[in-house]
Amino acid sequence: MTEPEPVVELTGITKRFPGVVANSDVHLTVRAGEVHAVCGENGAGKSTLMKILYGMQQPDEGTISVGGRVVELRNPQDAIKAGIGMVHQHFMLADNLTVRENVLLGAEGRHGMGRKARAELTKLAERTGLHVDPDTLVENLGVADRQRVEIVKVLYRGARIVILDEPTAVLVPQEVDALFDTVREMRSDGYTFIFISHKLDEVRSIADEVTVIRRGTTVGTVDPATVTSRELAEMMVGSELPSPETRESTVTDRPVLRVSGLRLDADDSERAVLDDVSMTVRAGEILGIAGVEGNGQTELVETIMGMRKASAGTVELADAGGGLRDITRLGTLARREAGIGYIAEDRHRHGLLLRQPLWSNRILGYQTRKPVSNGRLIDPGAARRDTERVVEEYDVRTPGVEVLAGALSGGNQQKLVVGRELSGEPVLLIAAHPTRGVDVGAQALIWEQMRAARHDGLAVLLVSADLDELIGLSDTIRVMLRGRLVREADPATVTPTELGSAMTGAGEEAA
Amino acid sequence: MINWRTALLPPALAIIFAMLLSSVALLISGANPLEAFATMGAQLFHGNTAVSTVNLAIVYYLAGLAAAIGFQMNVFNIGVEGQYRFAAVVAAIVGAWMELPPVLHVIAILLVAMFSGALYALLPALLKVYRGVSEVITTIMLNSIVFGIVAFLINPEQFGVLHGNNLSTAEIAPSGRIPGIPLGEAGTLFGFIVIAGALGYGYWFMLTRTRFGFELKASGESKTAAAAGGVSAKKMTLAAMLLSGAVAGLVAMPELLGRDYVYAMTATQGYGFTGLAVALLGRNHPAGIAFGALLWAFLDRSAVSLESIGIPSEIATIMQGTIVLSVVVAYEIVRRADLAAEQRRVGRAGRNGQPAGVAEGGAV
Repeated sequence: MTEPEPVVELTGITKRFPGVVANSDVHLTVRAGEVHAVCGENGAGKSTLMKILYGMQQPDEGTISVGGRVVELRNPQDAIKAGIGMVHQHFMLADNLTVRENVLLGAEGRHGMGRKARAELTKLAERTGLHVDPDTLVENLGVADRQRVEIVKVLYRGARIVILDEPTAVLVPQEVDALFDTVREMRSDGYTFIFISHKLDEVRSIADEVTVIRRGTTVGTVDPATVTSRELAEMMVGSELPSPETRESTVTDRPVLRVSGLRLDADDSERAVLDDVSMTVRAGEILGIAGVEGNGQTELVETIMGMRKASAGTVELADAGGGLRDITRLGTLARREAGIGYIAEDRHRHGLLLRQPLWSNRILGYQTRKPVSNGRLIDPGAARRDTERVVEEYDVRTPGVEVLAGALSGGNQQKLVVGRELSGEPVLLIAAHPTRGVDVGAQALIWEQMRAARHDGLAVLLVSADLDELIGLSDTIRVMLRGRLVREADPATVTPTELGSAMTGAGEEAA
Repeated sequence: MINWRTALLPPALAIIFAMLLSSVALLISGANPLEAFATMGAQLFHGNTAVSTVNLAIVYYLAGLAAAIGFQMNVFNIGVEGQYRFAAVVAAIVGAWMELPPVLHVIAILLVAMFSGALYALLPALLKVYRGVSEVITTIMLNSIVFGIVAFLINPEQFGVLHGNNLSTAEIAPSGRIPGIPLGEAGTLFGFIVIAGALGYGYWFMLTRTRFGFELKASGESKTAAAAGGVSAKKMTLAAMLLSGAVAGLVAMPELLGRDYVYAMTATQGYGFTGLAVALLGRNHPAGIAFGALLWAFLDRSAVSLESIGIPSEIATIMQGTIVLSVVVAYEIVRRADLAAEQRRVGRAGRNGQPAGVAEGGAV
């Protein structure tokens, strides 16, 4: 099945950004007709590497050869000419155009606009398993079909090598299986796939070869059939992998957050995004929520934060007297004042004001509380001083607190957010993907701070896609699938593989 | 802390660029640019031009503040124009009808004006918040409707009075007027300058010191981040629009209470649009807006003096236009340069000048 000669060969690729080395000396060899996975943590440099291969960025050093010939890819058009196509994680489709228009847009020169184009489109749709009328508007398609439209688009432009950037992040398990079936069929037709992912179970199920990237450089290429997920994970994170050994438990029997029968309806349909979610987080406990992204974790967090209105159910939070207080009707600010700290999953969208100085960001979410405010008036002096304290304690690397938040690197931004959210003396911390896209150093520090806060009696609700993080930090793990909490696991005994299968629904019956 | 280079360099560059460009226009039309600029400068020292420039700048300043409040929340209140005219006609009618002791009368008129301005901004605000209708569209439409409302209200059959050929509202009694500051030969400065100054300070204080101002700025920069921080974008949009309308309501007050005492069909229009340009020039900063208002008023006034030496007065309009365009470009260039410089500075911090590896903060 796999032919010996390489179709894509990256040699010694190095890419620097101001103050940062994103890729250093990366080597990648992909053979014709194989599915080659590129694996690595968020922020390891996978995206930069793929942008280089797709001509969106130019390497500072190193060569790219396609089909044995050294090529220079100055822009995506060059890459397309070389037969390389990319399906982005965030789809690039025009919702108000039809499937056919989307595919043809910008590629009118290949087969014209008429019957020939239509025939080619039908052929490709067949090959990729896209079973929709080409005259349907893209806005009426589901996520899985949109993804297939993206693939058709790429093939229509003549690509033989397809880069799939985290294609499963948006799919439900059945759709993932269907996608993998398509990929396998197309592989036997001679297409080559480069599959970007950090999900080990998926990589092991689809890939013929796996190249692991860590801290911007390639660690090695292995055969997924002969390595375990654990070994792969260790290659990805290096020696920093948190060992899931049992630690001294700090869990008390004092509930801090109790969610009962929480339901959230989708915006425009009767479908439930959250369905009968009930859980309790106690003081000193870290409750981890595992799940494939898009199974309702984001909505759960935002509903608890009051950013979405629950359709049914209650949320209760411990008050000063030790009892539980119903906060279901409160707004976000009131919930924060009641003692919830919030590390949002997307710090750029929800955590920071990128064009404001660091001290101004210290105020966000705390604009009614000491020390930065007295309720009505802001105290910039105190905000600056307290930001300096956060910078010091949480090792935020910055020349000063007047620097704009957008100038910091991801890891330092996140340390600032964590520092801020732990400064308000929270009783509950909601941490959604707290170490996503941050460097290993910041990751270790953030974990350490969360452990320390837990030791001091903080209750933590941890949502993460990083199974090792979940297993390493949590006292209890709940698995979320299609808006429901389907399974409970003990982090002391569960393996990433078991958790992975529970997340995809395979473990549902066994539970 | 203010970065002076970022604050002052762009407008300086913009003014120089605008002068160069209008020099070209002057040369093409056969005039001597140096003579033109000298005339524009010299006219300030003739008669009451300096004072009338400042008086006009007071009006522009109010319009600029009104626009700036909207800009802070990313609301593009083009309706300052309609709001101030609506407020002016309502305040003039109510002011003439009321009988109150001196200071109270003025305060009552100002409150009526602010309330009317806010009222005229309410509809676009509600439509934007609850139906997502662009405030740009709705306020433009309301701007053109206000013409009809003014004409209707100052019709003699309603509240108007006919003076010779001119229709206007009834005259406001002396108790409702704001006395000017007499400067002898140079003319009389609007007493409203004190209120405008206080308003500018209030605006600065609100933005930098109050929770409301912080929430407004936060929400204006990132609705999502502000929402996660407990700030409702809807509430902030509504507040920004109404506040902007309330300040817009004051735009015509210096002239109404300090000079005209009636609001006439022939009253000057277009202050609202100037306010947008002035706010842009001043980067929504109270001192910057004052500078922008003075510059704009100066250019407006100098246009007249250009005519006297046979140069088309449109040259002043060309300068106004190029200044606004180039100031926007200049701010953006300086902002990007500063951000890049800052990123490099951050990149160097704490690493002894070595570029960061991905392992230590360099992840992309």
